[in-house]
Amino acid sequence: MADKEDRSTSRLGASVLALSRAWPDLKRVPMRSIRSCLRLVVAIGVALVLFVTLVRTTPAADEADDADLRRQVVSNYAELAHAGYAQSHASAVTLQERINAFLKAPSAETLSAAKSAWIAGRQVYLRTETFRFYSGPIDRPSDGVETFVNAWPLDEAYIDAVEGDPDAGIINDPNQFPALEGDLLTILNERGGEANVAIGWHAIEFLLWGQDRDPNGPGTRPFTDFVAGKGRNADRRSAYLRAVSDLLVTHLARVAKAWEPEADNYRRAFVTAPSDDSLEKMLSGMAVLSAFEMSGERLAVPYETQDQEEEHSCFSDTTHLDFIANQAGIVAVWTGKGFGVAGVGLRDLARRVDADIAKDLDAQLAASLAATKAIPAPFDQAILGADDAPGRVALLATMEALEAQTESFAILADSLGFAIAISPGE
Amino acid sequence: MQRTTAFGLACLALGLVSVSLLAIDGRALADEDAPTGEDELAPLVEGEERLGGPASVVVGGQNAFSYPARVLTAKERRVFAVGNAFFKDNWVMAPASAVGRDGLGPFFNARSCSGCHLRDGRGRPLEEGETASAGLLIRLGIPGEKGDLPHPIYGGQLQEYAIHGVSAEASFAIRLEALPGKYADGVPYELQAPHYEITDPAFGPLGDDVRIGARVAQQLIGLGLLEAIPEATLIALADPEDSDGDGISGRAHMVQSVRHGRPMIGRFGWKATQPTVEEQVAGAFVNDMGITSPLHRNEVVTATEAKRIEYVSGGSPEMTETKLNRVTFYSQTIAVPARRNVADPVVRRGKWVFDDIGCAACHVSELRTGDEHAIEAYRNAVIRPYTDLLLHDMGEALADQKHDGDSTPREWRTPPLWGIGLFADVSGHTRYLHDGRARNLAEAVLWHGGEGESSRDRFKRLSKRDRDALIAFLDSL
Ligand code: HEC
Ligand code: HEC
Repeated sequence: MADKEDRSTSRLGASVLALSRAWPDLKRVPMRSIRSCLRLVVAIGVALVLFVTLVRTTPAADEADDADLRRQVVSNYAELAHAGYAQSHASAVTLQERINAFLKAPSAETLSAAKSAWIAGRQVYLRTETFRFYSGPIDRPSDGVETFVNAWPLDEAYIDAVEGDPDAGIINDPNQFPALEGDLLTILNERGGEANVAIGWHAIEFLLWGQDRDPNGPGTRPFTDFVAGKGRNADRRSAYLRAVSDLLVTHLARVAKAWEPEADNYRRAFVTAPSDDSLEKMLSGMAVLSAFEMSGERLAVPYETQDQEEEHSCFSDTTHLDFIANQAGIVAVWTGKGFGVAGVGLRDLARRVDADIAKDLDAQLAASLAATKAIPAPFDQAILGADDAPGRVALLATMEALEAQTESFAILADSLGFAIAISPGE
Repeated sequence: MQRTTAFGLACLALGLVSVSLLAIDGRALADEDAPTGEDELAPLVEGEERLGGPASVVVGGQNAFSYPARVLTAKERRVFAVGNAFFKDNWVMAPASAVGRDGLGPFFNARSCSGCHLRDGRGRPLEEGETASAGLLIRLGIPGEKGDLPHPIYGGQLQEYAIHGVSAEASFAIRLEALPGKYADGVPYELQAPHYEITDPAFGPLGDDVRIGARVAQQLIGLGLLEAIPEATLIALADPEDSDGDGISGRAHMVQSVRHGRPMIGRFGWKATQPTVEEQVAGAFVNDMGITSPLHRNEVVTATEAKRIEYVSGGSPEMTETKLNRVTFYSQTIAVPARRNVADPVVRRGKWVFDDIGCAACHVSELRTGDEHAIEAYRNAVIRPYTDLLLHDMGEALADQKHDGDSTPREWRTPPLWGIGLFADVSGHTRYLHDGRARNLAEAVLWHGGEGESSRDRFKRLSKRDRDALIAFLDSL
């Protein structure tokens, strides 16, 4: 952007120069000389033409192209977001169906079918996380659902019994909470602290898997926890699980709707706003997800504390997949291709405004994806040991790769003419 | 024109008309109280939207108070993330499998810092009929020789929760009293005065000489910057004897530092009782959650209570120096969101009024940090916190019963105003002042008394348009 401005200024400068060169001639030329007059007219004419073509027409055409490209990138992003949330909603519906089937006939098989649906749905959802962090439909204060869908970390004891405390949790407190319905659980979500998570993906995960007490595998909650007469408060646990899976579907439907095409919704505002405002949101989402959420909350914290509890998807032991899916979502916005959509990506714009950073980002995004794939499972074992243990080496490399791509996002933002929440480094 | 006439009449009635000024400008009446130029706007200052200087970020929404300062390096952002985790996560009763986070209680107000500072925002006060706090706590004391002593049975703070098998100290309830009032132009308003009652004391009666004070949790943005302001700057701002005769006599609150073992200027808390972020944080761990640390090795359990309860400690201390450092760093480096709508003429008018009616005398708009703070990027920076960090006598209506440290019940620290326009987004409410009694920004101003009385009265005499402009300016912060 800065580059382009410079260019048009110098064009303007050139025309002014051309004009001023014509003036001295004028002084010397006797006014009677027709030839000189003609020369003057020609000089002025040439200068004017130069001025008009160089200053007005050419940059305008450039700018039109540039503006058009920015608009296309923004509109394809809206397409990606809609496809992402529509798929995520569909996968939550599948999960809901499997959970209902499980609750109707609890068995090891029906539980395991519900768990696979959770894992599949979770991967889709994580790919949409690049659409967070700018008060869009997922996390805007008015009706955002992020804290309903994805709140984490979660204090298990807030929901259900934990080792050493069989009375813990909302489920085991029929006196205070006689009926476990969606509305109540939504109110209870994050009441009294951010870890008091009552609903969303991680609540469902805890209900399906139970606490993770096995160093080599996920939680092993028996299906009988949901069988009346066998599990303590089984009926309440079942009602709870049903309510939270219904809520997930409702909430994701709301977000998908906000991104629907041809409707009077967030998407319309997003694609009609000045393109740079929307581009800034896109880049902020990518940078904040990379640096704060992935590298910070989900990697640096377990890396430093070496505490199992800090693992992102600790009950199901699927944390290692989370990073891959997150990064895949970022890459989709970069390339413009993903969720079954193929269009113009941020990369196409980057190549135009700052080819160097586009090249860097291509390499860095690929490196981060490779790094996330190299994190060994299970994650809660990878964090342990000395700093040269292979798991910890892989984690540190992933953090560094994500940090590198973040700095480049900030530089790209600069080149595009705006700033995001992370400084582009020294 | 009608406004001018109304102004004129009001001013005449008050006998405050200055004829000479009228002669100079027939359009706008002016006296020492009313704003002069009717259409004057504050000039746009380069960078004024960046309230937190190097710690500013352009963000809004629910997480507006959750970003690390933009200047942090990638490594520092990791430390920030770790501190954030200990800030958000619930602590549990010892012994527990989560060994890194056990030791809660025996008494506590919340299980996590975020239990009160949800999303690092302002706590919500109690509503009538509610018994659980979401960010409001009650300080306790009895008269001492110099400042209050902790209450002999319940200590310096009422804890309304306790671990399994221990009874909580007490509960409390709130009763609200309506206080009607009127602006000079006749527009009515109604303030709401809170009264607290402590109920069900578990270890015996509180006694007649108990002193109580309610405090809500503050927003935690830009605190490292406030820490980086040199003591000399604050002392220069102070005017304890009001020697310049402007009716405003801020003074620095000298407090004893636990870490440094010497008197320092208090900066944090509603009464500026803590000199550093670290001491505020360590105090919060032990007082609000019952977590001991290298700075406070003993649980806040009084001798009377100790005789009647049993509990297991989560370690000695329960939190390591490293963890304390992480949470401290986190609390120091949360970014300050940039202002919104700075160029809006209404906001600029409001800013002009803010200066004109004397708000900036305490809510100092611009300060410079020194060159000593541990966080390098915070040194020698221009910041716009809208505070002087000094104690001011704010009148009887705002006073409670507490004499914290060297302060009187009427004295309060000028709170920074950065971020106050974002409470609705972050915390879902618009409650202001030390106990959250003000339900909106106008009420917050209307409660000002004492040294703030003259500027409050000038606020009440403003036209509706200028009042709205002032609020629009506050909302842009
Ligand atoms: C029970 C509610 C509660 C909990 C829990 C709590 N705080 Fe606070 N916090 C407050 C209140 C109330 C104040 C104002 C204190 C005062 O005026 O003395 C405050 C003030 C602060 C301040 C000073 C802010 C300023 O602008 O001066 C910091 C820093 C802080 N808290 C950090 C923490 C940390 C870190 C934790 C967790 C260890 C924590 N708090 C837990 C209620 C709470
Ligand atoms: C004499 C110093 C002083 C002056 C002058 C003053 N204030 Fe304040 N202000 C304070 C103090 C001290 C508090 C905290 C009082 C409390 O919490 O009980 C405060 C609180 C506030 C708050 C609530 C902040 C919060 O975090 O809850 C707002 C808003 C505010 N002032 C705006 C103004 C405006 C607008 C003016 C001008 C009309 C003004 N103040 C003039 C000292 C002052």
